[in-house]
Amino acid sequence: MSTALLHQETLSAARIRPDFERQPIDASAVGDVERRLGLGERLLGNEGFRRTLLLLALALLWEVYARLLGNPLLFPSFTETVQAFWTDLWSGLLVTRVLASLKSLVLGYAIGLALATALTALAVSVRIGSDLLSTLTAMFNPLPAIALLPLALIWFGLGTPSLVFVIVHSVLWAVALNTLTGFRGVPETLRMTGHNLGLKGPRYVALILTPAAFPAILAGLKIGWAFAWRTLIAAELVFGVSSRSGGLGWYIFEARAQLETSRVFAGLLAVILIGLLVESLIFRVIEARTVQRWGMQR
Amino acid sequence: MNGTAWRGDDVILSGSGVTLQYKTPNHLVTATYKVDFEVCQSDRYVILGPSGCGKSTLLKAIGGFLAPVEGEIRIHNQRVKGPGPDRMMVFQEFEQLMPWKTVLNNVLFPMIATGKFRGRQAEERAHAALDKVNLTRFSNVYPHMLSGGMKMRVAIARAMALEPDVLLMDEPFAALDALTRRKMQEELLSLWEQLRFTVLFVTHSIEEAIIVGSRILVLSPHPGRVRAELGCECFHYGNVENPEFGGLSKRIHNLLFETGQMPAEEAHS
Repeated sequence: MSTALLHQETLSAARIRPDFERQPIDASAVGDVERRLGLGERLLGNEGFRRTLLLLALALLWEVYARLLGNPLLFPSFTETVQAFWTDLWSGLLVTRVLASLKSLVLGYAIGLALATALTALAVSVRIGSDLLSTLTAMFNPLPAIALLPLALIWFGLGTPSLVFVIVHSVLWAVALNTLTGFRGVPETLRMTGHNLGLKGPRYVALILTPAAFPAILAGLKIGWAFAWRTLIAAELVFGVSSRSGGLGWYIFEARAQLETSRVFAGLLAVILIGLLVESLIFRVIEARTVQRWGMQR
Repeated sequence: MNGTAWRGDDVILSGSGVTLQYKTPNHLVTATYKVDFEVCQSDRYVILGPSGCGKSTLLKAIGGFLAPVEGEIRIHNQRVKGPGPDRMMVFQEFEQLMPWKTVLNNVLFPMIATGKFRGRQAEERAHAALDKVNLTRFSNVYPHMLSGGMKMRVAIARAMALEPDVLLMDEPFAALDALTRRKMQEELLSLWEQLRFTVLFVTHSIEEAIIVGSRILVLSPHPGRVRAELGCECFHYGNVENPEFGGLSKRIHNLLFETGQMPAEEAHS
């Protein structure tokens, strides 16, 4: 008691705060502690919904601007583009063009991935392999695939092999570089955990490194896909003419030659739509099932 | 825990004259110098020392991640040549769990990857191990949803399920908050009560060493050399207040921080 008094005197300026205990106050006024959000709030929380809304707004903007401009030869409206798109889709022309493009694309992408896997596997297993990959990537990554087209024409002539060649070039370095970066970023503790179990060589790469580096690998796959798609359309614009069944690039080129601007736009729309579809259907799903579920990416 | 009776006399892990060096970009660092130790079956062997005494490096060498420049480490009389599942390591960092596997699959993975247990047996063992660390409810959850202490428990369960000859723990509780740490220490001890595994435990906390350990190897810093080896089997959380506990704690404190002259009390013992 006396010590308490003494304490009080020395801290006379401080407020006296008595100890207390009490029952928690009644919280029933809040209602349910966990309440379901309203429909509007839930919709706004949905990314798909927000993105659709954004797309609709952009389409509207396009339509309004084109109508104001009133020059379909230069800038067709959204409805005209969609019309041209539907017509060619139903006639089957667009479908064959898209399929022709996708065929070379998938082939090139697959070969590119296989080569990237081989190069990165070499790079993680021996030091000289890592040097080789770094050097090759530094040399070839900045080289635009289109710049290799003349060479491809000399080597493979007109047609699918040339397309595949330039696509492989555009996919390979992006994927290999990203995968190697991912492998290098795998935490030491995780590596040691793998070694602790006696994992070595291909099993170590497959069971530890690849899943641990998956965010970077996936980013590489996406970039590789975009590069491949771009390269393909550009290459087809240049020489799709000779291959008997041209691709999308050739479709656009043809439409331009006939001054059917709405079909040029329809071709571009197809390129964009396929890009969006692959992004949202394939990569999104992979992302949601892997890196997001694993908490490696938000 | 009245226990010399529990300790088998067979040495399962030993090191003789272990000198460890590692390279940094600019220096060659000698981490330990001629360290000897003997670990018996069911020991809770603690390697204690201030930071820079090479205790973690020593544990890594026992794990096989680093080869001694001099001397050798033997397990079951076989020279340690590289990492292996007979010495499961529990690291200090939380990221030792594989983020792409659920808790259950994290525990299953070592058993299946090493081929030591398969199929139903592996699954039963994994469930049993998770049950022992009280994480059954979380077996289908991914590691990023767990707290630090829970991740540590998964890592311990994962190591235990494989039934290694020795469990190597590198400051496993250092990154936890004080309350969780104490709980984990108690859990580790009660697990040991059930299973009597052999564990090597690195720490820089004197209190933790005395409570968790049954024998303490005290290392001196720069480079790590053996300063003392002490038995502490009779101490646990129940007798922290005991003067003998304080005495031992003080003795170790002196061993660690008084450089130069050997303290008189050690000469007596």
